[in-house]
Amino acid sequence: MFYRENGQFKTSYKADQQIFPIPQDRWVILAIVVFAFVGIPLLVDEYLFRAILIPFLILSLAALGVNILVGYCGQITLGAGAFMAVGAYASYNFLIRVSGMPALAAILLGGLTAAAVGIVFGAPSLRVRGLYLAVATLAAQFFWDWAFLRIKWFTNDSSSGSVSVADIELFGWTISTPTDKYLFCLGILVLFSLMAKNLVRGSIGRQWMAIRDMDVAATVIGIRPMYAKLSAFAVSSFYVGVAGALWGMVHLGSWEPAAFSIDRSFQLLFMVIIGGMGAIAGSFFGAAFIVILPIFLNQMLPLVGSLFGLEVSIALVSHVEIMVFGALIVFFLIVEPHGIARLWSTGREKLRLWPFPH
Amino acid sequence: MKLHKLLVAASIAAIGLSAALTAPAAYAAEEQFFPVLAYRTGAYAPNGAPWANGFVDYMKLTNARGGVNGGKMIWEECETAYATDRGVECYERLKGKHGGATAVQPLSTGITFALTEKAPVDKIPVITAGYGRSESQDGSVFGWNFPLIGTYWMGADVLVQHIAKKEGGFDKLKGKKIALVYHDSPYGKEPIALLQERAKMHGFELSLLPVAHPGVEQKATWLQIRQNKPDYVFLWGWGVMNQTAIKEAQATGYPRDKMYGIWWSGAEPDVKDVGDGAKGYNALAMQHGAEPNAKVVKEVLEKLHAKGQGTGPKEEVGQVLYMRGLISSMLQVEAVRVAQDRYGKGKHITGEQMRWGLEHLDLDQKKLDALGFAGVMRPVKTSCLDHMGSAWARIHTWDGKKWNFTSDWYQGDEKVLRPLVISTAGKYAEEKKIVRRTAEDCKK
Repeated sequence: MFYRENGQFKTSYKADQQIFPIPQDRWVILAIVVFAFVGIPLLVDEYLFRAILIPFLILSLAALGVNILVGYCGQITLGAGAFMAVGAYASYNFLIRVSGMPALAAILLGGLTAAAVGIVFGAPSLRVRGLYLAVATLAAQFFWDWAFLRIKWFTNDSSSGSVSVADIELFGWTISTPTDKYLFCLGILVLFSLMAKNLVRGSIGRQWMAIRDMDVAATVIGIRPMYAKLSAFAVSSFYVGVAGALWGMVHLGSWEPAAFSIDRSFQLLFMVIIGGMGAIAGSFFGAAFIVILPIFLNQMLPLVGSLFGLEVSIALVSHVEIMVFGALIVFFLIVEPHGIARLWSTGREKLRLWPFPH
Repeated sequence: MKLHKLLVAASIAAIGLSAALTAPAAYAAEEQFFPVLAYRTGAYAPNGAPWANGFVDYMKLTNARGGVNGGKMIWEECETAYATDRGVECYERLKGKHGGATAVQPLSTGITFALTEKAPVDKIPVITAGYGRSESQDGSVFGWNFPLIGTYWMGADVLVQHIAKKEGGFDKLKGKKIALVYHDSPYGKEPIALLQERAKMHGFELSLLPVAHPGVEQKATWLQIRQNKPDYVFLWGWGVMNQTAIKEAQATGYPRDKMYGIWWSGAEPDVKDVGDGAKGYNALAMQHGAEPNAKVVKEVLEKLHAKGQGTGPKEEVGQVLYMRGLISSMLQVEAVRVAQDRYGKGKHITGEQMRWGLEHLDLDQKKLDALGFAGVMRPVKTSCLDHMGSAWARIHTWDGKKWNFTSDWYQGDEKVLRPLVISTAGKYAEEKKIVRRTAEDCKK
């Protein structure tokens, strides 16, 4: 009823090929973006910014990067945490070692360094596939964990192995308050999402998907697997590296290699699997699920307990939190193995017919 | 899944979330709120729980004693599981509640590093009694960090002094081999800078043996120890890593009496399960050890546990980590008292006023005795420039059943510590573009 396409005729190729060909979609997404930029800073308090929204935005960006590689190109990676770390430490080093380096340039250079590292560690994908590739990328995780813990140069000889940066500045705008940080991350995320969406609809994205669906067939129709796979690794690592730089410099301010441990790699992979592989929106759903749900459960359980007059100890809360979280993952994977993004698109299909389904 | 079910589920979740986040923030004006970042789950829970119990018990005891000039302590726990990101989330969640947190004690070096960035903005002091960044002793750069009564550099320094004494002088350390088995995190790495400094001074050989989190896999480390045969092993572990290290030492036949742990590696949970195997194992005591006979412990038992109001099991009261929590809590309560002396008795103390209190903490022996801490600890006196306040420690040894003190008091050597603190803090100030506080600034 509200969501019908009857009477919407496209009269040009341009209209047919835009990102959101249906006006309803276009307006809703635009409204969400405007709300995120204008509405949320007016409504939300510091806690939500710092504990939920900023981590959500940055991890969405990282999940987007992982999704390009895993969801669009079909190359499983367990090294995302390492590429985040490379991005973070590279941008840190650019910032402190090159005088007068603008922060934004340092972040982007961190992403480019991660892209270069991604190409190197993506090279095994030319020979091995699937789970074997996952194990090969695990090497990246272990190597970089080791490097940032042991090689003093990367951490500027910090005695504890932890590095810290001052507030970053962007064309005279000092990013220090949570609102600034939020807007900065949001801006980057919106730009990068737009870029990702256009990449995956373009020639290179089609090559990635062809490789994912069947690499032999893709080779036969003239797609170069080396170029396609390594470009996916590069683009993905660039995204993940930028996310890592933001995580370190904007969100944490001071960090240690443990912030990018193997747990982070798993977390990012799970975001993509739960959110939806091969869907840009899936990255956002997955990040929301993994970042927000545990905190939400953690705060809800004592409230639920107090409804029934029970005092719930914090140990019990975190045990229940882990159990419920695990159960929900299983639930979502059973109900919709293609991820929450697929649930969303199923819902949209139903809305088109509602209230008169056949 | 049907669409309407999904919509219903989503709206329930949305309502719940908004309810959770807009919980009412009613508080009485004279109450002091302290967030408790505890960890009662995960690999470090056996060590985190007694600390939290002691910490909360002292606040309960303060309230039972009538509060600070009538002002009551209130607190709320949040589970961090020793994870930095969860710790930061807990801090953000609690810092604004009940009129704002007075001070925060994260009990994790990783969380301390993260909160150090936030403290000057939020104006909430970060108290890290016996942990955290060692250079934060320099109050002119780290205006909001308080590593009260002990830093890792001070601890490492005392350990070196102790073995020098055992060997018969610092000159006898030349050519000796010391191995540092450490938790591979900012916590474990903290002492390295000082030990390297000392190694240079006295000519002993320092080997660094990192152990990955959570520390249950140490076979390779102890194989190296068996090959190198160091004269002493320093242990910088936490949680399950400590027991594992002692068990591995037993398995490789490394003498336990040549092993020295930091104060976080010298409590009951670390040795109890090893029992006789840990006999002779030494650890640094951060002033206090296990204190079942202290007056304050008896008071806790009598006023709280006898009435069923205690936190955690009764047997834990007086154990090493319980005492650490108790003392950490006492220091902050006393700082509130100092701040109230200046800003109005019985009034609510803000984070900024609390900082003043922490910088003017002066607990002499008489005050400590009155609080029931006679024999437990030595006087503490902080200042704007020295946020540690006391550099005393001693060694205690496990006899298979309990911890006994086996050394006299040592004091961290200012001549070694101070230059390192000043230069490292200076480097941090440079990185973060911080201007050192002046004497004028300190008076505020």
